[in-house]
Amino acid sequence: MAQPQMRKPVEHFLDNKKFLHPKFAANYGNWKYHDRPRPGVLHHVSHSGDEVWSVRAGTQRQMDVHTIRLLCDIADKFAEGRVRFTIRSNIEYILSEESKVAPLIAELEKHGFPVGGTGNSVTMVAHTQGWLHCDIPGTDASGVVKSMMDGLFHEFKNEEMPNRVHLSTSCCSINCGGQADIAVIVQHTKPPKINHDMVANVCERPTVVARCPVAAIRPALVNGKPSLEVDEKKCICCGACYPPCPPMQINDPEHSKLAIWVGGKNSNARGKPTFMKMVMSGLPNNAPRWPEVNEVVGNILKTYKADARPWERLADWIDRIGWPRFFEKTGLPFTKYLIDDWRGSRATLNASNHIRF
Amino acid sequence: MAKQPHATPLLDQLETGPWPSFVTGLKRLAKDKDSVVDLLGHLEHSYKTRKGYWKGGTVGVVGYGGGVIPRFTEIKDDKGAAVFKDAAEFHTIRIMPPPGMHYDTDTLRKFCDIWEKYGSGLIALHGQSGDIMMQGCTTENVQKAWDEINIMGFDMGGAGPAVRTSMSCVGAARCEQSCYDEAKAHQMVINTFLDDIHRPALPYKFKFKFSGCGNDCMNSIQRSDMAVIGTWRDNMTTDDAMGKKWFAKHGMNELVNDVVSRCPTKALQIKDVKDVRKDAHISSVALNDAQCLEIDNKDCVRCMHCINVMTGALGVGKDKGATILIGGKSHLKIGATMGTVIIPFMSLKTDEDYEKIVELAQAAIDFFAENALEHERTGEMIERIGLVNFLEGIGVDVDANMVTTPRTNPYVRTDGWDEEVAKINAKKAAA
Repeated sequence: MAQPQMRKPVEHFLDNKKFLHPKFAANYGNWKYHDRPRPGVLHHVSHSGDEVWSVRAGTQRQMDVHTIRLLCDIADKFAEGRVRFTIRSNIEYILSEESKVAPLIAELEKHGFPVGGTGNSVTMVAHTQGWLHCDIPGTDASGVVKSMMDGLFHEFKNEEMPNRVHLSTSCCSINCGGQADIAVIVQHTKPPKINHDMVANVCERPTVVARCPVAAIRPALVNGKPSLEVDEKKCICCGACYPPCPPMQINDPEHSKLAIWVGGKNSNARGKPTFMKMVMSGLPNNAPRWPEVNEVVGNILKTYKADARPWERLADWIDRIGWPRFFEKTGLPFTKYLIDDWRGSRATLNASNHIRF
Repeated sequence: MAKQPHATPLLDQLETGPWPSFVTGLKRLAKDKDSVVDLLGHLEHSYKTRKGYWKGGTVGVVGYGGGVIPRFTEIKDDKGAAVFKDAAEFHTIRIMPPPGMHYDTDTLRKFCDIWEKYGSGLIALHGQSGDIMMQGCTTENVQKAWDEINIMGFDMGGAGPAVRTSMSCVGAARCEQSCYDEAKAHQMVINTFLDDIHRPALPYKFKFKFSGCGNDCMNSIQRSDMAVIGTWRDNMTTDDAMGKKWFAKHGMNELVNDVVSRCPTKALQIKDVKDVRKDAHISSVALNDAQCLEIDNKDCVRCMHCINVMTGALGVGKDKGATILIGGKSHLKIGATMGTVIIPFMSLKTDEDYEKIVELAQAAIDFFAENALEHERTGEMIERIGLVNFLEGIGVDVDANMVTTPRTNPYVRTDGWDEEVAKINAKKAAA
């Protein structure tokens, strides 16, 4: 029997020209300014005098084809057949006439897609795959995000925060969700449980040893089989050994906790970009709606909203009020685990007599 | 019609509340697809036991070494058979979206048709690296789905120790703050490294991201090994009519509290019109007939804050280009690192200018491939060998813009000092 023809792939990364809204193509690189007539709507004006309105709506990111087709139907009927997506999985419809804005919004909201996520709102959570599809997840992603955004629905649809708020969630310490004003990240609390029967067959042991940030893993012979052992006093429970060696099971229904981090900012606006800092840990991995996590996130947001000045991102606000007051105002406990002892940590200590009273 | 659904009491709770529910979407797919019936059962089992049950493996397409994320179920019965057999193989195909993630509906509908035919019908727009994630495909159907997607004109994204899928902001297509053609740079760079995307052979992943200004909407500084962030080197542009309009609406308190006092380098001052300095690096925007906001462009670091607040009245300059930073990455293994400045300013106007980004990227990746340890990111390599060794390796001269402060300790051998000064002076004389 003849072998089926093997198709050689066409290796080429396409440009975006044919996908651009005609007004985008015509005014490429020639925009003058923008404003926001209402939350969820951006109005851009070109040096040529052209104007476009972009209507932004939240989606569930993990979309079934029926949802995508519905979003396309709305684009064809109420917009101009062109859409784009933001980095946070919001969809944007592009309109060349202001009169089309209100009917489009009404149609989106009729079908349950909230319009918002612009300016000083809490926009959609940047997130990962979790239990749905990841091979190493400590928790789910889409479910955490769904429950968070249910609680933050009003804040997505309105621009009532001091500045924009970016959220992320990550299902392990690799932190695929990324830096954000507030991030929810799995924090394991126990060393991996090793299935010694499987290590020799599944893992390249020197690779696993090299992967450990604190050199806590060494080769060992267990029950006559080549395996690995972990110095549990050294182990920092980061889970870095788990991806190259699944028999080093780090995920645990009870001991894999959730931590909350705040103050990440990638923009250069005002201060330089900042990394987020851990402010809370030990929260239970409480599927399906993670109420404890949502309570802490909601409380931080409520405190920030009430206390920060206009244009202060979460990091800017904490810069002004100081960390002691952050913990005081949010009621979060400042434990010894929040004092950094990793490399470079001395730079995080207060080397001054700057104390707020 | 698909088979009977499994009971999913936990997932059902994610159908309540106002935000669009992915569970509702999955249930709709499960009406027609046995694979999604079993995916829901699989996910419910994770929710019940609070653990994940997918393992990787090796699945690919002809000609490529990466880009498919294989997933095989680990939920097995006593005899080793998959409990959720129709979701036993649930692979993802990563597809690179157009720069700026622009689409026409025809293209999105074609993706839907292909994925309904060969896959589960579940598509993530987009994954964290920026890929279109076509989720849920059997090993047998991966090649068939891929063939149709590739014939549409789309190419596969990266996975593993490879150059990865990149992202660029909406940029010049819609944003007045865009300082270069982000999509053009994105496309040129990615088309140069397709081999390194599709055939993983680097020490570890290497990511590019392209943001048009310092607002860095693509989070390039924290999430990419090489970040191209737009900036300009002449004066900020100003529009007096819009300045007056802004001031009439917002007033002096907002100008002082939200604009002047938030400038990180104190480059802004409120002046009477007659007192505005006349130097070439000074620009100003009118607030009313008597007062101006004066900008000392030599002190300005192009942070974007005042332009964000007073869009239209203030704008980016005309002599535009980008700052290039290298070495950003997340936590594992040494802790998160930001990208740091390698090229303070690269002018981006002509095609030859854009070629220079590609040349720098090529030098950085060649050096990374030769010198990084296995599973070491560029930022970690630079931390291990020191920035100067990296710069010498890629042929870039040192520049005071690369540091926050000069060295704070004396532990360095400086017997080459005079030669270095002579080299710098010779370069100055030749320039």
